[in-house]
Amino acid sequence: MDITIAWRNIWRNPRRTVIIMIAVVIGIWSMIFLSAFMRGMVVDMIENGIAKLTGDVKIYAEGFRSDPALENRIKQPEALVARVKETLPDSAKLATRVRVNAIAQNARHSAGVALAGIDPEMEAGVSFIGDGVDTGKMIAAADSTGIVVGQALLDKFETKIGHKLVLMTENSANDIASKAFRIRGVYRAKLESTEKRFLFVSKAAAQEMLDIGTDISEISVMLTSHDRAGPVAETIAANIDTTAYSVQPWQRLLPMLQAYIGIFDGFIILWYIVVFAAMGFGIINTTLMAVFERMREFGLLKALGMRPWRILRQVLIESGFILVIGAAVGNALALSMVYLIGLYGIDLSALAAGFEYAGMSSIIYPEVFLGDVVLANLVVICLGLVVSAYPAFKAARIMPVEAMRYT
Amino acid sequence: MAIVEIRGVDKTYQQGKVFVHALKNIDLVIEKGSFAALAGPSGSGKTTLLNIIGGLDAPDHGEVRVNGNTYRDMTQTQMAELRLHRIGFVFQAYNLIPVLSAVENVEYVMQLQGAAKKERRERAMAILDEVGLSGKYHNRPAELSGGQQQRVAVARAIVSDPAIVLADEPTANLDSKTGEGLLQIMQKMNADKAVTFIFSTHDNMVMAYASRLIQIQDGEFANGASVE
Repeated sequence: MDITIAWRNIWRNPRRTVIIMIAVVIGIWSMIFLSAFMRGMVVDMIENGIAKLTGDVKIYAEGFRSDPALENRIKQPEALVARVKETLPDSAKLATRVRVNAIAQNARHSAGVALAGIDPEMEAGVSFIGDGVDTGKMIAAADSTGIVVGQALLDKFETKIGHKLVLMTENSANDIASKAFRIRGVYRAKLESTEKRFLFVSKAAAQEMLDIGTDISEISVMLTSHDRAGPVAETIAANIDTTAYSVQPWQRLLPMLQAYIGIFDGFIILWYIVVFAAMGFGIINTTLMAVFERMREFGLLKALGMRPWRILRQVLIESGFILVIGAAVGNALALSMVYLIGLYGIDLSALAAGFEYAGMSSIIYPEVFLGDVVLANLVVICLGLVVSAYPAFKAARIMPVEAMRYT
Repeated sequence: MAIVEIRGVDKTYQQGKVFVHALKNIDLVIEKGSFAALAGPSGSGKTTLLNIIGGLDAPDHGEVRVNGNTYRDMTQTQMAELRLHRIGFVFQAYNLIPVLSAVENVEYVMQLQGAAKKERRERAMAILDEVGLSGKYHNRPAELSGGQQQRVAVARAIVSDPAIVLADEPTANLDSKTGEGLLQIMQKMNADKAVTFIFSTHDNMVMAYASRLIQIQDGEFANGASVE
C-alpha cells in the first residue's frame, strides 16, 4: 500500500511532478549524450592514433624510439618475430615494417615524408593501409617499383596514378639512397595529415633501397581490444630480450592521446557535477514543497501510529518514483539520439583543422560506454534519494501535534 | 478499572509572543468503557488534554497513564506502537488520506499493524458497513460528504479494536442531524465493543449523549477540583 500511496501522491500535483521529471530527464540525457559524444571523440582519437601504423603494441630495437635512425633497426628479425607470435593471443595480428624518414619529390614539388615498407597481406587488420586503396591498386609484396600515396599528397604534388615519384633517404652505409617509384594506388585516411605523411612501398623494395637485407624497423601488433595492450606488452616483454628490444603498448607510444583521455574523463566528471548540482537543488526544493504541503498529513500518519522511519521511507519512495521514471525516459531519449546520430555522425568539419591537430576526424560518432550510463543513473538516482532524505527526515522527525497545526 | 489516569498535568505553549497556560495541574481518571465528553468553550484546553491523553503532545509536568502504559517511561517508537494498537483518533477536520479510497483509509491502519491484505480488506469493508457506508468503499474523501468522511474516520479509529478512541470535536463540521447520526454510531461501538470514547465538544446536543461529562474551562476543570 505504501507503493500505491506514493504513486498516487506524486500525481496529486501533476505539474510539479512533470517539471521535476523533466529536470531529471534533461540531466540524465545530457550526462549520457555528452559522455557518448566525448567518448566518441576519444575512441576516434584512439582508433586514428593506433591505426596510423602505431598498433596496440609495438616492438622496436632498443634506442629506436629516441633515435629512429636506420642503425637502430631490428636485425635478422625472423627468430624475434617467431617468438613474439608464440606469446600472442590467437586473435591478435602482427605486421613487420621498415620505416624511415625520406624526401619525396617530383618535377614540381618535394616534401618530407614517412616511408613505410610493408607486406600488404600482413597489414590487413593491423593498420589503415591494410584496408586497401581508394583508387588504383595496392602494391604487391614483390613489387619493387610500386608506391601507394595518400590523396592529399597526390593533390599537393599535382600528380596522378602511373606517374613517378622519387624517394631519397639515407641507407645502412649512411650514403644517400634514391629510387624512383611509380604510383600504383591512392589511399584515403580519416586525417589529411596522414595522407600527406605516409607513403607505402613493399617491404622488399624498402629493404633493397636501404640495403638492409631482411632487417626491419618495427613489429606492430593489433589486438581485438585496445584495453589489453598493457598486459599483452608485458607478456611479450617477459619472453624476449628486453635489453635488445623495447616493447611498448599504445598508451606509452601515444602519451598525448593518453593525456587527452584524462582531460575528457575530467570533463565528463565535471559535467556530471554541474548537472547534478543544478538538478539536486531542484529535487530538494520540490520535495521540500511537497513535504511541507503535506505536513499535516504526516502528523496524522504519526498520530495513527506510523513510525518515523516509515514516513522517511514513504517520502523516499515518492522521490524514487520520480527519479526512476525520469531516468528511464532520459536513458531512452539519450540512447535513441546516440543511435540516430551514430548512423550519420556529427559533422564538425567547420572545426576540422583544430580537431585534426588533436588527431580527431571531422565526423564524430558518439560511443556509449556502459560504465558512463550506469554512473549517470547512479549519480542521479542515488544522490537524488540522498538529497530527498533531508525533507523526508524533517517530515519523519516532527511531533504529530506540531505537524497537525500546519494548514 | 481506570483506562486513563492523569496526575498533576501542566501544559504551557507559546502562541506568537504570548504564553498560553493550556492545562493547569490537571488530575483526571476515566474508567474503561466510558463514553465521556470533555466539554468547554474554545480555548479551554480540551484539545490539548486529548492530545496529551493520545500521546500526540507531551505535558510540561505531571504523569499520564493510558491503558496501563506510563508515557514518561516510553520512547517515541513505543508511543507510536501504543497509538497504532490501542488508541484510535477522530479529528474535527476528518484528516483522511486524500489519495486513498474510503476502504483503503480504513485498511491503512491494519496495514501498519501488519495484517494480511485479504483480512484487512474484509474487516475494513465490514466496519464501513457498520457505519453505514456500504456503497462507498471505493470513493475517495473528496467524493464523500463531511458526514461520510467523519464516519470513515470513525471506522478507521475502531477498525483495529483499540482500547480507547479520542475524538476531537467530531461533529463540529457536521450539521446537527449528521452529527447526531455519527454520535449514535459511536455510542453503538461503545456499547457493542466496549471501546472507551473520550470526545471534546462545546455542543449541548453532543454533551447529552455522554455517559460522563467533564467540564473544562481555562485549563482547569469547571468546579476547580480534580475529576476522579
